[in-house]
Amino acid sequence: MKVKSGVNYYSSRFYINKKDMKKYIVTVILSFTIYCGFTQEEKGPSLTHDFELELEGEYRYFFDEASFNNQENNFPSIAVRPEYSLEWNKGYESLNFKGFFRLDVDDERTHWDIRELYYQKAKSNWEISIGLKKVYWGVTESNHLVDIINQTDAVESFDGEKKLGQPMVQYSLSTNFGTFDAFYLPYHRKRTFAGSKGRFRFSDVLNKDDFGYESDAEEWHQDFALRYAHSIGIFDVGLSHFYGTGREPLFDFDAFGNINAFYPIINQTGLDVQITHNAFLWKLESIYRTSDAQDFFAAVGGVEFTISNIKNTGIDVGLIGEYLYDERDELALNALQNDIFFGSRIAFNDIQSTEILLGGITDLENSSKIFSIEGSRRFGESMKVEIEGRFLNNVDDNEFILSNFQNDSFLRITLFKYF
Amino acid sequence: MKNKILTTLIVFTMGVSVSYAQSPEERGLEVAKAADAADTGFGSSTVELRMILKNKNGQVSERKMSTKTLEMETDGDKSLIIFNTPKDVKGTSTLTFTHRVGSDDQWLYLPSISRVKRISSNNKSGPFMGSEFAYEDLSSQEVEKYTYKFLKSEGNFLIVEQDPVDPKSGYTRRVVTYNKDKGYRIEKSEFYDRKDTLLKTLDYSGYKQYKNKYWRAGQMKMVNHQSNKETTLEFSDYNFEKELTEDDFSQNSLKRAGN
Repeated sequence: MKVKSGVNYYSSRFYINKKDMKKYIVTVILSFTIYCGFTQEEKGPSLTHDFELELEGEYRYFFDEASFNNQENNFPSIAVRPEYSLEWNKGYESLNFKGFFRLDVDDERTHWDIRELYYQKAKSNWEISIGLKKVYWGVTESNHLVDIINQTDAVESFDGEKKLGQPMVQYSLSTNFGTFDAFYLPYHRKRTFAGSKGRFRFSDVLNKDDFGYESDAEEWHQDFALRYAHSIGIFDVGLSHFYGTGREPLFDFDAFGNINAFYPIINQTGLDVQITHNAFLWKLESIYRTSDAQDFFAAVGGVEFTISNIKNTGIDVGLIGEYLYDERDELALNALQNDIFFGSRIAFNDIQSTEILLGGITDLENSSKIFSIEGSRRFGESMKVEIEGRFLNNVDDNEFILSNFQNDSFLRITLFKYF
Repeated sequence: MKNKILTTLIVFTMGVSVSYAQSPEERGLEVAKAADAADTGFGSSTVELRMILKNKNGQVSERKMSTKTLEMETDGDKSLIIFNTPKDVKGTSTLTFTHRVGSDDQWLYLPSISRVKRISSNNKSGPFMGSEFAYEDLSSQEVEKYTYKFLKSEGNFLIVEQDPVDPKSGYTRRVVTYNKDKGYRIEKSEFYDRKDTLLKTLDYSGYKQYKNKYWRAGQMKMVNHQSNKETTLEFSDYNFEKELTEDDFSQNSLKRAGN
């Protein structure tokens, strides 16, 4: 067994060609400014703008003794998230910015990112976005196979749902028979790995230079993606294809046991389906990925059932069960190859929006298990507290990746303040 | 003159005889249809919403939303709700396609992970954002969603009992007071729980008329008699001139609204 989170932690290090990135960003901002100037002249200056700021104080505590030298047990951390948006043309044109900075004990977890900085124009049934943006595809809860546009910000969260801003041009067309999306993705971003003080790493700290590219164009390989999605009655269906440099690195071992880690050129076709019937959500995601080094199939499917407003208390209890399959063998990164996820989402629907999510992943072939608890509650009008616990149990010593993390169970408490 | 009197007399007699010939069920349905007809043709509207939640100790909590509504000719309305406060849920948005018959379609946008989720509209009786309003109190009121029984008239007021068709509703019935002379606008609703005990009362006030036809309340106050909590909705900046289309109620619009 291997868990999504493990994957992310395995394969990450904040590595971007900063010079190129800067050049790109400057170009994007310049074109925005010019375009905005023109548009305002035409339509008149009915601009609305909005600035938001979020501050976060976090404490992560790893209660087991570390597996490797230098790894710490206590990780106090702070983060800041500024957001700015500018809208005009009755809201059909906008400029959106989301920034991020974190300061952490682990040097590699100390990082900044432009999550989003894009210009968007919508007109009748089409929409275009240019810049750094985040796009999400998929329906399942325990694994996000189909979602491929953005690189995972793997040092940021255990569940892998935090993403790096992806440079793109996105064109979207809504029709009566579904929505078509085309993506041009000119730049690839590598994953970040934990540094020497950090948890969720291997005995060797992986260096950013450890990861090469299959393509000679390296991070400038020009990638493309298409997606078709349609909602019809109780069905929500998505069909997607991605061509370009994969977001997951691939590990090759030569005859001497040396690792050759690189980002391959892949073709990936994805299917996601959700059937929403009464209180049941039936979900399926599957992918088929091909590359010179590896072809494989993976899928995750299951059901979410919600008992709502139990005894008129307002409390909803959701039960989630999903099966995860991956054709790749143990050496593969995302080897949730034969596992069961079960979870429960409890929403109190109170004024403070209290929520609890309990979950577990268990391997059907060995003893490895991961349990988790997540909770959140608002305090007053502008504060929120989150707790998270991840418990790795009976990790099988033969687990190629997860065995490195067997002492990395942790508790996290985070306080958010919104301005 | 004679003719006029005669005509009036005939019309009056006919009117009376018609209403006597009608069963309370038929008359109730007639009122509901008249109210629906009075509100037909508004096209689309946008409004800003402030929700004030008060618990039994008088502690107050507030949330702000923006709402867009599109009238559909052959089916239930489409609506888009965007949360502006509390700030931790800012940008969270819902898109709802109500259907006259069957379950509504509903999608939720979570801006923190840019994810659109199709959600079940099964939960009708649960509280909306911790308030005293249930989801079913806020969804588009389609004639087909209830059966009716006319109770009585008091001056301009017509009082009609409405029984929800959907067994998942939290109510056995509601008693709705219509104002016949003001475009059949609703003045008050009383909600009876599954044990047929009075649960909540909703009072409408601060009505204004838009486009010389459509009445919209400035305030809706829901009082829960069992928990002693109350929630007030304050509506402002009603706009019927935006001429929204179905393109403004797509999943792409949902994502745009939340960003």
